[in-house]
Amino acid sequence: MAARMKNGVVKYFKQNIGIIIALLAMCLFLIVFPTTRETFPTGKNMFNILRQNASNLFLATGMTMVILLGGIDLSVGSVIALSGCIAAGCVVNLGLPEVVGFAAAILVGALVGMANGFVICKTDIPPFIVTLASMNITKGIALVYTGGSPIRCMTDAFKFPGAGYVGPVPTPVILMLIVFIVAATIINRTQLGRHIYAVGGNPQAAKFSGINVAKVKFFVYTYTGIMAGIASVVVASRLYSGQPTAGDGAEMDAIAAVVVGGTSMSGGSGFIGGTLIGVLIIGVLNNGLNLLGVDSNWQYIVKGMVILLAVYVDFIRNKKKGR
Amino acid sequence: MSEQYLLEMKGIDKSFPGVKALQNASLQLKAGEVHALLGENGAGKSTLIKVLGGIYSADNGEIIVDGTKVNIDGVLAARAAGVSIVHQELVLVPYMTVAENIFLGREPGNKYNINRQQMIDEAQKLLDAYEMNIDADSLVEHLSIAQQQMVEIVKAISFNSKILVMDEPTSSISDKEVNFLFETMRTLTAKGVGIIYISHKMSELEEICDRVTVMRDGETVGTKVVKETNKDELIAMMVGRELTNYYTRDFIDEANAEVVMKCENINDGKLVKGASFEVRKGEIVGFAGLVGAGRSEAMKAIFGLTPGSTGDVYVDGQKVSIHTPVDALKHGIGLVPESRKTEGLYGVMSVKFNSTIEVLGEFIKNLIVNGKKEEEITQKYIDMMNTKTPSQEQKIGNLSGGNQQKVMIGRWLATNPKILILDEPTRGVDVGAKAEIYSIMNDLAKTGMAIIMISSELPEIINMSDRVYVMNDGRVTGCLNHEEVTQERIMQLAAK
Repeated sequence: MAARMKNGVVKYFKQNIGIIIALLAMCLFLIVFPTTRETFPTGKNMFNILRQNASNLFLATGMTMVILLGGIDLSVGSVIALSGCIAAGCVVNLGLPEVVGFAAAILVGALVGMANGFVICKTDIPPFIVTLASMNITKGIALVYTGGSPIRCMTDAFKFPGAGYVGPVPTPVILMLIVFIVAATIINRTQLGRHIYAVGGNPQAAKFSGINVAKVKFFVYTYTGIMAGIASVVVASRLYSGQPTAGDGAEMDAIAAVVVGGTSMSGGSGFIGGTLIGVLIIGVLNNGLNLLGVDSNWQYIVKGMVILLAVYVDFIRNKKKGR
Repeated sequence: MSEQYLLEMKGIDKSFPGVKALQNASLQLKAGEVHALLGENGAGKSTLIKVLGGIYSADNGEIIVDGTKVNIDGVLAARAAGVSIVHQELVLVPYMTVAENIFLGREPGNKYNINRQQMIDEAQKLLDAYEMNIDADSLVEHLSIAQQQMVEIVKAISFNSKILVMDEPTSSISDKEVNFLFETMRTLTAKGVGIIYISHKMSELEEICDRVTVMRDGETVGTKVVKETNKDELIAMMVGRELTNYYTRDFIDEANAEVVMKCENINDGKLVKGASFEVRKGEIVGFAGLVGAGRSEAMKAIFGLTPGSTGDVYVDGQKVSIHTPVDALKHGIGLVPESRKTEGLYGVMSVKFNSTIEVLGEFIKNLIVNGKKEEEITQKYIDMMNTKTPSQEQKIGNLSGGNQQKVMIGRWLATNPKILILDEPTRGVDVGAKAEIYSIMNDLAKTGMAIIMISSELPEIINMSDRVYVMNDGRVTGCLNHEEVTQERIMQLAAK
């Protein structure tokens, strides 16, 4: 058992060595560099990075499965907006307990995911188009529901998932851990996980293998919707409000984390462990650029180039291995 | 060397990191001949061809065309030297017309304006010159595979090439189309074109080729005149040893064996129109017929892959209803599909993943993956099939066709089928691995497994099957037992 554990750890490092080095190099730079030496390596800042990137991890775990499947889900950012507004709306407008609001938010996420999955399985419309449509529809519903203005909700219970603490640890950090373990378990330790790889690797062969391709797809899109629902709870809670503009572009950050984490956009190959590193790389990058005082407009440019570089290095590495 | 060759490749070396792909390889092609290039997968045929086509550059050696040394350092240089290659995998753009494909990248007209009519006319002239009944203005996606191949050939010829290389052009077309292809080749050689022909099918050699060069392990073993050699000698040259038993089969006395599966009136709503047949315990049943006769489709319908198909299937005398491949598995039916690449392999995944995908339940339980069990299952079928792979973790896409096929068959054997359907089990598989697959099929049949083998290679059907069903136009047109089966009788039934 211990040997197997050790094997697992070794394998994990081997699979992700490139991005682990990149992450460590970034951290090392920020620890050594004069401007950030004082501010970066503090416990507060570490928790800050994790808290700010919790929602991206939730989205990215779902997105990893979708991309492994050879698909894409663009709607998750809009779910953050709609579900967050629903959560706040339930509490503020309907006077329901916060827990019910959170549950409603996750349910809405699940419904959007199910709708995506249903259309993708029943028609031959590419996932890109289907989720592009649902992204717009979902965002539209959020704007119509709120009339375009945020719904503020300042109760302690509402603040708990995003801004609260369990002992010294921020709640979102604990949620992160749970969500990651669940996703890693599904992908690595269930038949369903293998089926996701199979469908993404060769859908036609999966059919011959007796895999219910539609069922696998439906599950994955629904799961991603649920993750977006959970992300919405954390985001709304952190902002003390449901905002119809929250989560703008969040789907792209999630896709970036997955791709930086080494999952192939063509499906069938990748690791959930890489996604975790990918989320951290993007998180540390954002944090580092802020601490360095880089203008926020410039941050986009740097981020874009880092993503391209990370994926390019990985691409070269794989090409060598393929020989 | 007094004789003037059209093409001479001398002392070609080519190494890749860790592999010597070609060692002192040589080839001499005369004008107007069809020259076969034989060898097992990995023998270096494709590498040699890629050197000739300018896709790889050789480390050493020289290429002489028409007595002049040429330096082929790219695809354009190869084309300029008069070399055209028809690749095994078709590289036409499906959503463009035939004419557009033929003139892709060199369309008539000026920079801003393509002269479409001129392009279509010229393409049609080329097609007509070789008596190809293809409309230059039709979309490539509407053509049959064979017709697409013809277009590829016309495209290759349209570069005014003197040297034409054809890489396994008959692997996916029917016999009738093969004849037509051969006609075209004869027309070409009559005009002085030299053709290098790569094929795994021995029977074609005698029919179309003048000389043959055999390759093994990156070296050219020798060149023979086809009329002065025979199959056994060529196979021995290819594998480097005598293959005494190419086909291994202990035929059974089928009258005594019990029927394991009986299929009645199978329809799939398209190609299959009321096929009926039965399979007995320990029997290998061959399915012969032309491409499009509905053999694969009938098996897919039985296997639960075709929604809306009808007909009765009995397993061990019990009527069963199969709506999905999962149902088929439950009743002990396995199907190794025809097209390894598109229907079978998970190309980016490991040998291990590919071996165990059907039997995940045996080692993944309650969120625990029993890695040891997984490895045991994988190893069992690697050993049983004698699959050559560096490790279980090897990407299956990097194995040779024969080894890929062995993993595919192993995958289905892992499900313990009573009835195993093999669709073209030796397509794209080299001779050595073919013989091994035959021997394994024989062993499996001896254990009582019922095997259905669909094959377009008649020698394999004739030598391996206890009985042969022949299909034509979606129906079974006849059944021959192994004593009465001949190529002629099969063809009579197939074309009925």
